[in-house]
Amino acid sequence: MKVLVPVKRVIDYNVKVRVKADQTGVDLANVKMSMNPFCEIAVEEAVRLKEKGVATEIVIVSIGPAQAQETIRTALAMGGDRGVLVTTDADPEPLAVAKLLAAVIAEEQPGLVLMGKQAIDGDNNAVGQMLSALLGWPQATYASAIEISGATAKVTREVDGGLQVLDVDLPAVITADLRLNEPRYASLPNIMKAKKKEIVSKTVADYGVDIAPRLKVLKVTEPAKRSAGIKVETAADLVSKLNTAGVL
Amino acid sequence: MAVLVVADNDNLVLRDGTHKTVTAALKLSGDVDILVLGHGAKAVADAAAKISGVRKVLLADSDALGHGVAEAEADAVLALAGGYDAILVPATSGGKNFAPRVAAKLDVAPISEIVEVVSADTFVRPIYAGNALETVQSSDAKKVITVRPTAFAAAEEGGSAPVETVSGADAGKTRFVSEEMVKSDRPELAAAKIVVSGGRAMGSAEEFQRVIEPLADKLGAAVGASRAAVDAGYAPNDYQVGQTGKVVAPALYVAIGISGAIQHLAGMKDSKIIVAINKDSDAPIFQVADFGLVADYKTAIPELMDALAAAGK
Repeated sequence: MKVLVPVKRVIDYNVKVRVKADQTGVDLANVKMSMNPFCEIAVEEAVRLKEKGVATEIVIVSIGPAQAQETIRTALAMGGDRGVLVTTDADPEPLAVAKLLAAVIAEEQPGLVLMGKQAIDGDNNAVGQMLSALLGWPQATYASAIEISGATAKVTREVDGGLQVLDVDLPAVITADLRLNEPRYASLPNIMKAKKKEIVSKTVADYGVDIAPRLKVLKVTEPAKRSAGIKVETAADLVSKLNTAGVL
Repeated sequence: MAVLVVADNDNLVLRDGTHKTVTAALKLSGDVDILVLGHGAKAVADAAAKISGVRKVLLADSDALGHGVAEAEADAVLALAGGYDAILVPATSGGKNFAPRVAAKLDVAPISEIVEVVSADTFVRPIYAGNALETVQSSDAKKVITVRPTAFAAAEEGGSAPVETVSGADAGKTRFVSEEMVKSDRPELAAAKIVVSGGRAMGSAEEFQRVIEPLADKLGAAVGASRAAVDAGYAPNDYQVGQTGKVVAPALYVAIGISGAIQHLAGMKDSKIIVAINKDSDAPIFQVADFGLVADYKTAIPELMDALAAAGK
C-alpha cells in the first residue's frame, strides 16, 4: 500500500514569535524554520508501517516556497521514498491546501493519507478533515494508535473526556496526535542517502486549483500583555492574596 | 441572517460550550437556531430550548450521531446548511472534527477557534499558539466557524424555544468500535472555575495523585497537567492543558511544578488569576503568574493546604 504524507514547513516550535510593527503578520525573516511537529509524527508512523511491511512506498508532499524542499528532504531522511513539492509563494489557506492535496492524490492514488492534526503556525486543525471530505474518504483525526488489517484501519483517537476507537475503510485520511509515536532523528548516512531521492517539482498551475484566499487578514496583533505579578513569601501569604482577589 | 449553532452534548447532558457559542452567534444575528446531534438526546434538546434568545431547536437523532462520527455529523449539518448564513460550532474535539468537513463540502474557508466577533464577516482568532491574534474578514457567502468557548460568556437560560425533529445521518465508511472515558467526579476541565495543574516535577503518577488531587478537591477544582506530565504517564492525556490539549480560562489557575513552555501557556494564559508554585525562580511561568511562590511543591503544598484550612476552606 502506498502511503502519502503531507508535511508543512513552519516556524520552529521553540521560537518565540514576534508580531510585525505594521500589524501585517508575524516576522518570519531570519527565523528558524522546521517541519511541523505533528507532520514529523505522521512521517514516523508511515515509516513504521513500512517497517512492518504494511506500507510499500511513502510519498512525501509539501506545498509552499522553494525552501519547503528542505522539509521534504528531512522526511526522506526519516524514511520517505520520494517527494512531491508544489511550489507557491502564496500562503494557501486550508481549503486551497486540501484541494491541492486532493489533486496530488488523484495522481498518486495512495491507499492511506497520514498527516498531522494541525500546523503550529495557523493552528487551524482543518486540512485533514477537509481533504477527506473532498475525497469522499472516511477520516480518523487525533490518532494515538493505528492498526491496519486488510482494507480497514482501527484507529484510537484522543477525544475530550478520553479515548475513542473507530474502524475506517481504506483509503482514509488519518491525522496524527502527539501521542501516536516518538519521531526518530534522521542519521547522517540517511541524510546523505535522502539527497539522492527524487523530489518532483510542481506548481499550483499544474493542478489547475484556484487558491485565491477566502479570508482577508485585516491585521495581526499581539495579545494583551498580562500585568506583572508579584512573588509571595509563604503559602499563608498566597491564600490571603487569593482571598482578597476573591477567587477562593 | 440566520445562524445555526451545533450543540456540544454527550446524548444526556447539554454542555456549557453550547451556551457560550450561542453568545457568539447572537452577536451575528437575532435568528439563532440550535442543532442537537445525538442518539436518544431529547433531554439535551429540551435543555437547549431553555437558552434565552434561541429561535428553535432542531434534534437530529441516529445511532451514528450518538458516537461522534464526523461523517454523520457533517452530513446532518449539511442537510440543514441551505437555510443558514453561518454555522457556529463549539471548538471541542468533537466540533473541530466535523466542522472542517462541512466547510469543505460547502466550498468555504473554515474559521477556526474565534475569540471575538468584530462584525458579521470579521472575526479574531489566535495563531502561533496564542502568541498573535489574527483579524480575518471572510468573503464566503456562508460561514463555518468554530468558537473557543472560554472567550465568550455563557448565554442565560429562561427561553422556551420549540423543538423540532429532523432526520439523522449515518456513518458511511466509518464504524464506531468503543470508547474509554476518564471517570471523574471533579468539574470538567474546560468549564471549571478553578484548575490545579501539575507538571514534570511530580516525578510519578502516584506523586501526581498524592499532591495535586487533594488540593484540587479542597478547592473544588478540576485537575490539569502539562504535556511533560502527560507524556511521562503521570496524568491521562485528557488532562493536558495547552496548544495541543485543552484551552482553559478559569478564574484561578494554579500551576505546580510547571515551567511554562509556550505551548502550555497557549492553553491557560487567559485565566483571570494565575498562581505559580515552582522551585526555579527563573521558570517562564513566573512571567505570566499574578502570584508566584518560589518553593519546592513538597513543602509548599502541605503549607498551602494548612493555610486554606486556616482560612476556613
